[in-house]
Amino acid sequence: MAKVFIYPATSLILSDLVARFGHKPLGAALGIRERIQTAGLESPPLQITPEEPKRGLKYAAVEVPSGVRGRMAIYGPLIEEAEAAVIVTEADFAFGCMGCARTDELILFTLRQSGIPILELKYPTNEEEGIAFVATIKNFLKGLPNGGEA
Amino acid sequence: MKKVRIAQLSCGAEYSGVQKEIYDAAESVGAEVFFPDIALADVERAVKKFGLDVKSADLKLMIARAMALVDGKIDADGVFIGTCFRCAEAAIVRNELRRYIPENSKLSVVSYSFTERTTAGTLLTRMEALTTIARRRALLAREEQTGITMGVDSGSSTTKAVVMKDNQIVGTGWHPTTEVLASAENAVTDALAMAGLTREDIQAVGTTGYGRFLIGKHFGADLVQEELTVNSKGAVYLAGHQRGASTVIDIGGMDNKAISVIDGIPGTFTMGGICAGASGRFLEMTAKRLGVDITELGPLAMKGMGKNVPMNSYCIVFGTQSLVNALAAGSSREDVAAAACHSVAEQVFEQQLQEVDIKEPVIMVGGTSLIEGLVHAMGELLQTRVVVPPYSQYIGAVGSALLASGFVKGE
Repeated sequence: MAKVFIYPATSLILSDLVARFGHKPLGAALGIRERIQTAGLESPPLQITPEEPKRGLKYAAVEVPSGVRGRMAIYGPLIEEAEAAVIVTEADFAFGCMGCARTDELILFTLRQSGIPILELKYPTNEEEGIAFVATIKNFLKGLPNGGEA
Repeated sequence: MKKVRIAQLSCGAEYSGVQKEIYDAAESVGAEVFFPDIALADVERAVKKFGLDVKSADLKLMIARAMALVDGKIDADGVFIGTCFRCAEAAIVRNELRRYIPENSKLSVVSYSFTERTTAGTLLTRMEALTTIARRRALLAREEQTGITMGVDSGSSTTKAVVMKDNQIVGTGWHPTTEVLASAENAVTDALAMAGLTREDIQAVGTTGYGRFLIGKHFGADLVQEELTVNSKGAVYLAGHQRGASTVIDIGGMDNKAISVIDGIPGTFTMGGICAGASGRFLEMTAKRLGVDITELGPLAMKGMGKNVPMNSYCIVFGTQSLVNALAAGSSREDVAAAACHSVAEQVFEQQLQEVDIKEPVIMVGGTSLIEGLVHAMGELLQTRVVVPPYSQYIGAVGSALLASGFVKGE
């Protein structure tokens, strides 16, 4: 079983796919709602305190906005723990969503710098692409150590 | 009492750890913060219609929520816009929404860029102003003072008191703020003595400024109100411009206020307080270093040329250092005084006046409006004649006395 960081971190579909192939998904485990009644699209499920942006200084300097550092305090340790990553870009909000574009840039950069196996692919726009999308993720996950259909 | 509903449009508040501070600030002034409920499917549609193509999803959500408020799909009494300090993308959205909402609705807006160090105390006055505008619209519409009333403004540097009778100022008092209650007592004693009245003659009292709650309790005030709405009211009243649009600038001892006013009620406003280099305190330090009284700094500055002294610092410490270096290099005191005035005016212009729509007349109030060089520098930057009404240094006290007359028996 490998620890696989998923991006968008809130994608339940990606999280489910990773788990189905016998790996441990590392993400935010948040459901994207049809109606948004919270501060952000991916409002944190836990009580974030002003300490989190300070912990985030490990990943981003003090001149980086506090919201980025607060997010990195959560995602940074997960990236350190990850043994592989699946990155889906240009995803629909309903698939999974990250609220801050600057954090996204930093997360993706940190993942690419980490040297772990990474699968990067675009979000599908039709059924044909959708089938290929799932197949590509499946092959990637099966190729990871101890991967297999659950 | 029904809570005032403030719609929050923000990006990064939760992850910065300041959401609780926002809730606490609203709660302490009898307001509740809520997030306008919109459908996920509407977000991209709204952003396309608005035309600002940002990348961050939460900024898109802010835009969609602002449009839902303006379209009247969601009811609110005021709007709080908050984004992370130092985020350029967020600053663009914050700025455009701050403009868009008041231009297209009757909602009052306050905006703030926060860090993880932002506290409820920092946000309190801003939230209070939003609730005042929502709750006391009728009181804020008052244009004439009646009966005998007193206003006390407990500011960070000075405490002012004014006694008014039948729409006239009949007594004033002014003392440096040291011990808050003692300073207020002294100012009130002087104002009453000048008016030839006693406390028993006063029919209603209003308080404002940093010490408003403490002195309000002490004097049994009928009205305790933040300085944003009070000063706006006082400014347009004293300038004789109660109807129509105007802009009020108040450079205080600890923070600055820039308020876009319509018919005496603030529309948009900003309140800066991060850097002392743009405050009256810097001018006090300059006067001290030049060996003149603060009242002499303005006339001195009018005789000098600020451009002759290099000053390029936002910080009160390094700004003072620039002045010291200039004096050591042989600059005249006049030039240094002018440079200090220009520096403060420029910082207020760059940091705050960009956040409100400048509409003439521009009215400068507060103790610093008596510093001629500062008013001149502001006028040059704004390319307009700045109005300084009589009693401008007593603005908060006058506004309080005027509004307190709404509590005179029989009113």
